[in-house]
Amino acid sequence: MRVAVLTFPGSNCDYDCYQALKTLGGFEPEFRWHRDRELGDVDAVMIPGGFSYGDYLRPGAIARFSPILEAVADFARAGGPVVGICNGFQVLCEAGLLPGALLRNESLRFRSFPVHIRVETTRTPFTSTYAKGQVLQIPIAHGDGNYHATPETLAELEGEDRIVFRYCTPKGALSPEANPNGSAHHIAGILNETRNVLGMMPHPERAVEKILGSTDGTGLFTSLRSHLQGAAA
Amino acid sequence: MTPVTEVTDIPQPRQGDPEITPELVAEHGLSEEEYERILGILGRTPTFTELGIFSAMWSEHCGYKNSKRLLRLLPTEAPWVIQGPGENAGVIDVGDGLAIAFKIESHNHPSAVEPYQGAATGVGGILRDIFTMGARPIAVLDSLRFGDLDSGRVRYLLAGVVKGIGDYGNCVGIPNIGGEVFFDRAYEGNPLVNAMAIGLMKREELILGEATGVGNTLMAVGARTGRDGIHGATFASEELSEDADEASRPRVQVGDPFTEKLLLEASLELIRSGHIVGIQDMGAAGLTSSASEMAGRGGSGVVLEMADVPVREEGMTPYEILLSESQERMLVVAERGKEHEVRKILEKWELEAEPVGEVTDDGRFRILEHGAVVADIPALPLTDGCPTYEREGIEGEEVKAAREMDLSSFLEPEGDLTPIFLELLGSPNLTSKRWIYEQYDTTVRTGTVIRPGGDAGVIRLRGTKKGIAATTDCNGRYCWLDPREGAKAAVAEAARNVVCAGALPTAVTNNLNFGNPLKPHIYHQLREAVLGMAEACSLFETPVTGGNVSLFNETDGVAIYPTPVIGMVGILDDVEAHATSAAFQAQGDVILLLGENREEIGGSEYLYRTQGMVAGKPPVVDLLAERRLQHGVLGLIQRGLVRSAHDCAEGGLAFALLESALGDGSQAFGVDVELHDRLAPVALFFGETTGRVVVSCAPEDEADVLEAARGFGIPVRVLGHVTAPDGAFSMRTPRGSLQIEMSALAERYFGTLPALMERTEPAPEAGVQEEF
Repeated sequence: MRVAVLTFPGSNCDYDCYQALKTLGGFEPEFRWHRDRELGDVDAVMIPGGFSYGDYLRPGAIARFSPILEAVADFARAGGPVVGICNGFQVLCEAGLLPGALLRNESLRFRSFPVHIRVETTRTPFTSTYAKGQVLQIPIAHGDGNYHATPETLAELEGEDRIVFRYCTPKGALSPEANPNGSAHHIAGILNETRNVLGMMPHPERAVEKILGSTDGTGLFTSLRSHLQGAAA
Repeated sequence: MTPVTEVTDIPQPRQGDPEITPELVAEHGLSEEEYERILGILGRTPTFTELGIFSAMWSEHCGYKNSKRLLRLLPTEAPWVIQGPGENAGVIDVGDGLAIAFKIESHNHPSAVEPYQGAATGVGGILRDIFTMGARPIAVLDSLRFGDLDSGRVRYLLAGVVKGIGDYGNCVGIPNIGGEVFFDRAYEGNPLVNAMAIGLMKREELILGEATGVGNTLMAVGARTGRDGIHGATFASEELSEDADEASRPRVQVGDPFTEKLLLEASLELIRSGHIVGIQDMGAAGLTSSASEMAGRGGSGVVLEMADVPVREEGMTPYEILLSESQERMLVVAERGKEHEVRKILEKWELEAEPVGEVTDDGRFRILEHGAVVADIPALPLTDGCPTYEREGIEGEEVKAAREMDLSSFLEPEGDLTPIFLELLGSPNLTSKRWIYEQYDTTVRTGTVIRPGGDAGVIRLRGTKKGIAATTDCNGRYCWLDPREGAKAAVAEAARNVVCAGALPTAVTNNLNFGNPLKPHIYHQLREAVLGMAEACSLFETPVTGGNVSLFNETDGVAIYPTPVIGMVGILDDVEAHATSAAFQAQGDVILLLGENREEIGGSEYLYRTQGMVAGKPPVVDLLAERRLQHGVLGLIQRGLVRSAHDCAEGGLAFALLESALGDGSQAFGVDVELHDRLAPVALFFGETTGRVVVSCAPEDEADVLEAARGFGIPVRVLGHVTAPDGAFSMRTPRGSLQIEMSALAERYFGTLPALMERTEPAPEAGVQEEF
């Protein structure tokens, strides 16, 4: 299965995503440069973390205008699975492929440490191998991860089962202390209406090997793999 | 550019340049003796441009004139050293065809006047030193010193420095894996910001900062040259004064990590392309130092045309262009005829590359402005001819008195000493630095095995079984009380930290932060510290492969503590099996102490915190015993016998146990420990005796650990056990005890620094930030 990993000037998790796909097997990752106009024949797209265009203006605000994003939008509209991680989530929101926005962390400081997130739905191409309610330990590293949306949008996300991950305590409880950035409804990751575009702030690609302290991110990749295998069959 | 190879014109003064007067020479930080030497080298009066060039190159920052003779005393060679001092960074062989480049550098003065940009550009500079060797940066560390946090100004400095380091490193995408921070009023006006970086390369990808091949083209790469940071190198070589802030801020550079990230990718691509023969960061003293040093190392000459240098603003003089320290710029030597290919690579990364000159064979550093010669200096005397000094060094009386002070009355407290424990938990020197390192991306690049907060950070080398451990260490109080012993202690602690993480100490980069060396008591500190460092590095077989000297760290005539920071790297042959954390792993595990307790409280945080004193003899360093200990600890780890290992340092045994019990804060084990020593309990609990390591092991391995440790010839004993999570911390000796719930300790341990930083009363000087 071929997965396009986008590289913008300032991306810095592109290589990590590439390596995670390689390490877990079953994927053929390929880099796509921000100036490319075509994704080519790929089965999924990953938009990695980093500081695309230096986060100038706002995180993701310039990347959304890059030529490759048009191709990604077409791919998503055609139902192709797209995952945006950290800066990738910000880019997807800026591009209008996901609702809402990511504001400065409530603390106004960059925050980097392993957090716990709860799997809220397994009805997605990205979480089918997890159990609903399962608690994952995955690192975050961001300055702008405070998810914000209108009350109507939040109600829609809740009502349509489109909140994929929420920040929680190690035991799975929701609490302000366990919310690292002030996100509305403790949101750590959401889906688009057609459930094929995922944006999330935590970095699953940093939690795929025991030596890195956690393998809880593996499920995202195995879910995607079985989704693509299902689609191919 | 216009090819000019036959210019023999003597440089003429430019219109508008000031006349060379003794006052102007003095303003450039050059002594009469140095000026005489310049006259001798040139055989005539320098032009204003030439005076600026000499001023920068012969500053302490570039010329090491007060430290060079001492630095020669340091061991620099070993079979695994590929590149020692004198290049952009040191390089060591790590096997498997790989090498690592690493170096530490200070940005103290810029950070004192503009903490955010000062610290950010410090990180930027050290990263460029690494990737100009052909290595991809894989980790950074930071070693910081500030005054006490009850000052609003100090809180402003800490917040700004941490944000500056974080924003820069996070954006470029390099994990921060460790470092240290220490607070003491001695650093109030002159904080220290030392940044270390480590890069990985294939051995054959090493490239040097040399200008070779007559006719090859010098190209300015990356950002354009502006008027920022002019005379940064000279500024870094002066004392700070109270009113220096405002006047000096224009001498601080401004960083752009986004451009740095592009420059990093472009430079590595350029090096791999084979189109260039040399590359160097335009760091301190900018184009002047990069071009002249590359010519000096290459044994060649260079000619540069100022009109061809891409600038940010019109009307910049050669003097300004040559001395600008605008960030994110490189000088590369392209193979003749490959300029277009070089430009194409830079354009891919949305950067510029412009030919600005060429390599010559006449050994001269020649500067043209529209074809007219404005400077013409022999390159070698410029880079290597800076006079070096051996100064008079005499120990200061104040130090002698402090060291000889009788501390016996402070050893008296007995019985329940929990209140003292709690008082010490109010010290940011002894409590968690999480507030700081949480602002740094520690896991990007998916290589971080041990994150900040323990003894040393560890990163794996993908594609091999190996890992690299790294740490920075130095206790300035010990060094003030006894610079030779303090420097030895710094090397010993750094090596111990690396060993506790499971690595073999391999090499050192150092940052010598001192006051004004023209003062005999400061020169004494410098000399003694270098001697102590040399002795310890020789014994541990950890050669010094480079580093940085930062002198004149004084504010209104008062010097910082001598602070020779040691940045040490070590190699783990099997990172998966040997990487070891400081944290206890399981309830019921046995806690053991390796090394010996002594009744030492000199220079301790206990004295500073409870008495406001920095006094007494610092902890004795027995280098041979230390080497034996480290060999033994590494042996235990490699045999898989211990589950945690933690160095015993500031705050003594009580804090070492507490830190192991708390780990990263996700779980707090209890501790039940009994000591039978008849020593004063405050010394047993809080004394900072070196050469001690706390380890834990599974109960079934206890006998094996004891036997193995004895086999290594190191003192060992069982202290007690790891008890249930959220249990109590209990430590007893024949004459005193500590007894308190872990939850109360955890709250203070992790809460002290955030509480200090989030004080609500206004920081009076913090408004300075808004005045730009």
